Amino acid sequence: MAEVEEQPVPASPQSEERSEAGEEAPDGGAVAAAADAVPPPAGSPGTEEAAGDMKKKIDVLLKAVGDTPIMKTKKWAVERTRTIQSLVDFMKKFLKLMASEQLFIYVNQSFAPSPDQEIGTLYECFGSDGKLVLHYCKTQAWG
Amino acid sequence: MTDDKDVLRDVWFGRIPTCFTLYQDEITEREAEPYYLLLPRISYLTLVTDKVKKHFQKVMRQEEVNEIWFEYEGTPLKWHYPIGLLFDLHASNTALPWSITVHFKNFPEKDLLHCHSKDVIEAHFMASIKEADALKHKSQVINEMQKKDHKQLWMGLQNDKFEQFWAINRKLMEYPTEDSGFRYIPFRIYQATTERPFIQKLFRPIASGGQMHTLGDLLKDVCPSAVDHEDGEQKTQVMIHGIEPMLETPIQWLSEHMSYPDNFLHISIIPRPTD
Repeated sequence: MAEVEEQPVPASPQSEERSEAGEEAPDGGAVAAAADAVPPPAGSPGTEEAAGDMKKKIDVLLKAVGDTPIMKTKKWAVERTRTIQSLVDFMKKFLKLMASEQLFIYVNQSFAPSPDQEIGTLYECFGSDGKLVLHYCKTQAWG
Repeated sequence: MTDDKDVLRDVWFGRIPTCFTLYQDEITEREAEPYYLLLPRISYLTLVTDKVKKHFQKVMRQEEVNEIWFEYEGTPLKWHYPIGLLFDLHASNTALPWSITVHFKNFPEKDLLHCHSKDVIEAHFMASIKEADALKHKSQVINEMQKKDHKQLWMGLQNDKFEQFWAINRKLMEYPTEDSGFRYIPFRIYQATTERPFIQKLFRPIASGGQMHTLGDLLKDVCPSAVDHEDGEQKTQVMIHGIEPMLETPIQWLSEHMSYPDNFLHISIIPRPTD
């Protein structure tokens, strides 16, 4: 697989990765499985922090938008300090996109985080049910 | 509340006198004179330096001109941070004018994002506003706006039109009266002494007991080293728009009045000068 020969791999597939399932299935499954692990960051600022900071890696769920190719592995454990840029570089190799092709990443299906933003920070602010959901697209999907 | 509106104006019209100098190793056909400019604090370097670029390109051979980038005392300046933040973080307590070095070669890929056109700045700016509204209103306010309102925010910034910008931006600063504040405060805390990027977390403007959270509460919670008093002396300065707001200031008020146009409070933590 593509990730073996590359040195700066930003992510590793999770053991409980769900493969063939359709777009929606892993999401529902993950919600149930992870519900007890990390409380959603909706509580008061003081409380959700402790649990969130314990985890070294963040569960990231990658969802394709439109006709963008789907990643076979959707759920990845990503280092907190990984930037969006390094995730994009990795995904482009994984999806065998050409260097000239663009890949846009969206949080909350609403905004594109800046390329130097860290996964850990995005998770703290926009994660839910113990994971960060990112949508990706080859063309600009939102705004 | 006329006083508070004045704060918005003061923030908007903040300027930094700056001297741009061409990097010594750039090859020129004639001597490159320095170029002086008043930089708007709330804007972005690549948005307001067309004249700087033209000025230096005049003395250079066309083939020597690549993407422009800026540096201060060895630190590449991120164009996607607002100018005022760059100054507060890297150059507070230094003599004016701010001395920025201009480069056309050896673009530091590791440190800077590319900025090939104004569209890139617009996309970054709008993304920041959307992120901020996701925190403040679950994106409801920004999503209810029309495309032309989004454009007006950007054009207001690009053309330095205070009224044009605030006619739309005030909607982003509203909240239901029963809530007494935003859902979460969009803020980023930058520290001059670390290589780490900014701190950004969820922080509510109102405590569970109903009292207003202050700037000091925020710092204690997410960046305690900034308010650590050793021997009763504060070792750091907490800067927003070149001033040190009192730590007792309610964070909701700061968010409404001292956010940058991207709707984030950009807070710099820098070492306090010793004398």
